[in-house]
Amino acid sequence: MSKKSQKFEGDPNTTGHEWDGIEEFDNPMPRWWLWTFYATIIWGVLYTIAYPAWPLINGATAGVLGWSTRGDVAAEITAVEEANAPVNARLEAVELTAIAEDPELGSYAVSAGSAVFKTWCAQCHGSGAAGAKGYPNLLDDDWLWGGSVEDIHATITHGIRNEDSDEARYSEMPAFGRDELLEKEEISQVVNYVMSLSGEPQDASKVDAGSVVFADNCASCHMKDGTGDRAQGAPNLADAIWLYGGDYGTLTETVTNSRYGVMPAWNTRLTEAQIRAVSAYVHQLGGGE
Amino acid sequence: MSILDKHKILETNATLLLIFSFLVVTIGGLVQIAPLFYLENTIEKVEGMRPYTPLEMAGREVYIREGCYVCHSQMIRPMRDEVERYGHYSLAAESMYDRPFQWGSKRTGPDLARVGGRYSDEWHADHLRDPQSVVPESVMPKYGFLEEQKIDGKYIGDIMATNAMLGTPYTDGMIEAAQADFRAQADPDSDYDGLLERYGEDINVRNFDGKPGISEADALIAYLQMLGTLVDFSTFTPDASR
Repeated sequence: MSKKSQKFEGDPNTTGHEWDGIEEFDNPMPRWWLWTFYATIIWGVLYTIAYPAWPLINGATAGVLGWSTRGDVAAEITAVEEANAPVNARLEAVELTAIAEDPELGSYAVSAGSAVFKTWCAQCHGSGAAGAKGYPNLLDDDWLWGGSVEDIHATITHGIRNEDSDEARYSEMPAFGRDELLEKEEISQVVNYVMSLSGEPQDASKVDAGSVVFADNCASCHMKDGTGDRAQGAPNLADAIWLYGGDYGTLTETVTNSRYGVMPAWNTRLTEAQIRAVSAYVHQLGGGE
Repeated sequence: MSILDKHKILETNATLLLIFSFLVVTIGGLVQIAPLFYLENTIEKVEGMRPYTPLEMAGREVYIREGCYVCHSQMIRPMRDEVERYGHYSLAAESMYDRPFQWGSKRTGPDLARVGGRYSDEWHADHLRDPQSVVPESVMPKYGFLEEQKIDGKYIGDIMATNAMLGTPYTDGMIEAAQADFRAQADPDSDYDGLLERYGEDINVRNFDGKPGISEADALIAYLQMLGTLVDFSTFTPDASR
């Protein structure tokens, strides 16, 4: 010790530690701190009695409260299902067209349907339902399989071109080029004709020849005037609304290799009430018929 | 002098301090971690789990290589919001053949534990090529190069053999046929009976990326399309104590 100790009368004892002449008083812990510390120890012991904790030979103690993560989530889901059960039962009981006419049921269906849509549908149809190339826009009034609430409900329930449901909507356009049903030149002609239905063809001189090819190969599904047939999911080719694109290159690709867009059958994943809610939601987006 | 007054011996001797710290951590580890290996209610066997097919295994390798786990978790927690969005909460047994597991810890993108069968193969191909073409608000980078990179499954048998060494039940037959099964799963016109015989009837056999040849995109989509689909939850009754 190089310096004289600075200890005065009445000072508490030191801990006995000393570094370069600096010593440390051995003050007692503040009472409030000490009691809080003891309380946490008691709390810790009680917690391990109340909740699953101690490992034994075969299993761990279950805790006297009987709490479990799985039980907790199951109880929470059941509680919400029970709270919504009356309104969901009503939703399932009424005619589809009557949902929108009942203000209470209608607003429930639209907000529940909006949640279902954002969870399950938005990835393809877009969070605003505007679709993307190959995934139909649900905001406009152009429908492949029908835009009434019943049609929408059937499409969502069974899906399109899937193996989940026997009642899935199904149609398949031939791959006219790949399967050599049409010559390259004929495809070029018919593409020009289809372009002329809603705008300017790329090569006007081929339109007349294309109309003959169209009448022979396409009109049975897309109708003579090209306005399509919803019963077969054949798109309207005369409305300038395109799922894959209406330019020469894209249309040539479509006619050559066909398209095969699919949608899952949602009755395997959603409840009837959820399907009805999302049908009502999609129907009121703007294009519903 | 009580034992508590002897701490000066430890505090002034670095080696002793290290030894005793190690001892304390070891006891803590034994109490907390070791019971998980033998307690019955932490080990749950579920029906339906099978090892990955060679193509799925290759897809998993791509998933790990590209760091998908950095933005996507594969772990649905038992909470109502997660169950309603992603499906049944994940079971530990569903990761039993994952070495290493892909639970992840961050969700810049959505959880992928049950992404299998949720979208079409074409959607996955479109989405990998250009995520913003289908989800405009997405921040995911483009992975179009995956469908350009052709792979032949030459080394997939080695990866399976390593997994077998670690306990995954790959039979010698599976490892021998690895490359053939790898090719068969991506080609619906091939003879894939052997593949189904070895791995089960529910294997997806498709041309996943819609393009000729087997690319990394084929493997990755095959992997994604089986994620979370193995356990049939219509017949599974969760034991609340697990």
